[in-house]
Amino acid sequence: MLEIKNLHARIGDAEILKGVTLTIPNGEIHAIMGPNGAGKSTLSYVLSGREGYEVTEGEALFNGENILEMEPEDRAAAGLFLAFQYPVELPGVGNANFLRTSLNAIRRKRGEDELDAVAFLKLARAAVKQLAMKEDFLKRNVNVGFSGGEKKRNEMLQMAILKPHLAILDETDSGLDIDALKIVAEGVNTLRDETFSALVITHYQRLLDYIVPDMVHVLAGGKIVRSGPASLALELEASGYAGLEAA
Amino acid sequence: MSMTTEATINELATQKYKYGFTTDIEMEEFPKGLSADIVRLISAKKGEPEWLLEWRLKAYEAWLKMEEPEWARIHHPPIDYDDLYYYAAPAKAQPKSLDEVDPELLKTYEKLGIPLHERAALAGVAVDAVFDSVSVATTFRDTLAKAGVIFSPISEAVREHPELVQKYLGSVVPVGDNYFTALNSAVFSDGSFVFIPKGVRCPMELSTYFRINARNTGQFERTLIIAEEGASVSYLEGCTAPMRDENQLHAAVVELVALDEAMIKYSTVQNWYPGDADGKGGIYNFVTKRGACRGKNSKISWTQVETGSAITWKYPSCILQGDGSVGEFYSVAVTNHFQQADTGTKMIHIGKNTSSTIISKGISAGRSNNTYRGLVKIMPGASGARNFTQCDSLLIGDQCGAHTVPYIENRNASAKVEHEATTSKIAEDQLFYCRSRGLSEEDAVGLIVNGFCKDVLKELPMEFAVEAQKLLAVSLEGSVG
Repeated sequence: MLEIKNLHARIGDAEILKGVTLTIPNGEIHAIMGPNGAGKSTLSYVLSGREGYEVTEGEALFNGENILEMEPEDRAAAGLFLAFQYPVELPGVGNANFLRTSLNAIRRKRGEDELDAVAFLKLARAAVKQLAMKEDFLKRNVNVGFSGGEKKRNEMLQMAILKPHLAILDETDSGLDIDALKIVAEGVNTLRDETFSALVITHYQRLLDYIVPDMVHVLAGGKIVRSGPASLALELEASGYAGLEAA
Repeated sequence: MSMTTEATINELATQKYKYGFTTDIEMEEFPKGLSADIVRLISAKKGEPEWLLEWRLKAYEAWLKMEEPEWARIHHPPIDYDDLYYYAAPAKAQPKSLDEVDPELLKTYEKLGIPLHERAALAGVAVDAVFDSVSVATTFRDTLAKAGVIFSPISEAVREHPELVQKYLGSVVPVGDNYFTALNSAVFSDGSFVFIPKGVRCPMELSTYFRINARNTGQFERTLIIAEEGASVSYLEGCTAPMRDENQLHAAVVELVALDEAMIKYSTVQNWYPGDADGKGGIYNFVTKRGACRGKNSKISWTQVETGSAITWKYPSCILQGDGSVGEFYSVAVTNHFQQADTGTKMIHIGKNTSSTIISKGISAGRSNNTYRGLVKIMPGASGARNFTQCDSLLIGDQCGAHTVPYIENRNASAKVEHEATTSKIAEDQLFYCRSRGLSEEDAVGLIVNGFCKDVLKELPMEFAVEAQKLLAVSLEGSVG
C-alpha cells in the first residue's frame, strides 16, 4: 500500500508538487493523467529518489515506511520499480549481466540467496518468452541501439524479473505504436495480483484501454484535482484538461 | 551532491590501499647513490661475465650525458638520483629451492594472494617473484624444463644461458633509447627471462610478480622474452608496493622478440601504490616496453590494466618488421585523486601487410590527469599495412582531465590507418537508472566502468580479468559525487 500525504517538492526555487495526497491499496492499479507540466514526472522521480528534487513537506509511506528518506537502491529493495519515460543506455553492459546484478543486489538486501548464472538464465529466458521478445535481447548491451519500442519492452522485462510490489510507469506509452502498447500492458497485466500495485502515469487515455485502472486521478498545477473510476479517463479524452486547475 | 553520497565518499576515501603493508626482513643494501663503482658492485654481486659489466658501464656513461624526458604531460619534483638505493635484497643467500625461501617472504606473497608453494599455486600458472632487487622464487620450473621452456630469474639466465642473453639483451630496446632505459641498463638487478624454443607452445601461463618493499629503493627490473619460430607464450605481470610517504622509482625495461609465426601475449595488471588521496607518496612508474615482431606472421599483443602508481609513463610498443606480422595494444588506464598517467603505444610498420590494433580506454576521476599518447608509423616498404585505433576517455567528476595525443606518420600510399576517439562522462541519469534497479552507487560506477572497458578486459586471461574488474572498482571508490 502506498500512501502519499500532502507531498510538496521543488526543483531549485520552483515548487512543482503542491500537496499531493493519494492512496493506492495493494492489488490496485491507479492512473495519473494530466496536462504537460502538471508535475507527473516529478512525482515519479520524487517517489523513486532521483537527486535534484527537494521534498519540502509531506511523506510517502510504502507499506508503512517513509520511502522519501531511503536511497534509490533501498527503495528498489523495498519493492519499488520505476519504468522510465526515457530508458538510459549503458554501453558495454550486457542486458543479462545488468539484470542479474540488479536482481542479486535486491535479493542480497532482502537477505535472500543470490541466483547463480544458470538459475538466472532460466528465469530470464522465461520472461523473454512471455513478453514475446527475441532471446538475443539478453545478449545486447542495455538499451544501446534499441528502438523506442524495444527500450520500453526492456523496461517491462526488467519489471517482470525484479517483480516489484509497486511499479510506477512514467509515460511508458509515449512514442509507442499500438503493438508496443499492448506489450507494455501485457507486462503490467501479467503481474496483476493482490501483492502488486501500479501507478500508471500517462498523458493519453489509449494505454488505459489495455491496462484498465481501478482509479484515475487528475494531476494539475501540482495537486490531485479530481479522482474517479476508469470512466473518468474517457471523459477527459472527450473534454480535455482545460478548466481542471480551477476545479 | 546528496548527504549520503558525501558520506560514502568520505568513508571510501579513508579506505586503505590493500597491499600497503611492509615486510620486516633483514635486507642487504648497497650505499645510496649511483656511480661506476655501484654498477661494478651490482655486477660483481651477481657474478656477471665481463661483457655484461662493460655493457652496464657503457649504459651508465650514456645515462650521465642524458636528460630526463620532458615531453610527457606529467609533473613531479626533481628526482634526486643520488638519494636512492640501487640495490636491495633479502640478506639471506639466494634460495635453491622453495623450502629455503625465508618464511617471512612466503607470508608476504601469501598476503598478496600469490602463493609460491607449487601445490597451492594456481593450477597452470608458473610464478617468478621479484622482491625489491632480486628474484626470490620461481615455481614450476621442472614442468617447464620438460617442455624445453626456460623461465628463470634473468640473473640466473646470464650465468646459465649467456649466449641467449648476450644475443637478445638490448636488441629491441637499445641501451641509450631513453633516460630510463640507460639507467635501467646500468643498474638492473633482476627480472624474468623466458625462452620458448622452436615449435613449442608454452604449456602454462607464465607470471611474474613484482614487489617493492625497501624504503628509498628504486626497482629496475629487466624482462626478456624470446619466442622462436612457431612458439607461443602468454605472460602475465602483476605489481604492488607498500604505502610510503615518499615517492619510489620504478624504471623497468621489457623486451620481447617473436620470430617467424611466433606469438607472445603480454598482460599487465599494474597496481603499484598510487599515493594517498592528497597525492602524497606513490610509485613513479617510468617503464619502457617494446616487442619486435622479427619473423613473418609473428604476433605480439600487449594488454595492460594500469590502476596504480602516482605517475605512469609507459608506451608498450611493437616493431612490425616481419611481413604479415601483427601488433596489438589493449589498454585500460585509471587515474583517481592526484594520479597522472601518460600512456599509449607505438606501432612501427616496416614489413608488408603488417597490421596493428590499438584500443585504449582512459578513465579519469578526482583531480587526476590521463593522457593517451600513441604513434602509428608506416614506413615506405610497408605496403598493405593497416592500423585501427580507438581511444575512448571516460570522465568521472569535473576536476579531472583526459587528453588524447595521436601521432600518425604514413609514408606508404597503400596503407590504411583509421582513428576513432570519444570522450564521455558517467552521466547522472546512468547512475540513477542503475540505482533505481537496486545497485549501490559504487556498484553502479563499477558496472558502467567495466562496460566501458569491456573490449580490453576480454583480452585478459580469465583469472586476471576477474582480478582486474575488482581492481577497477576499488581504484574508483570514492570518486562519485
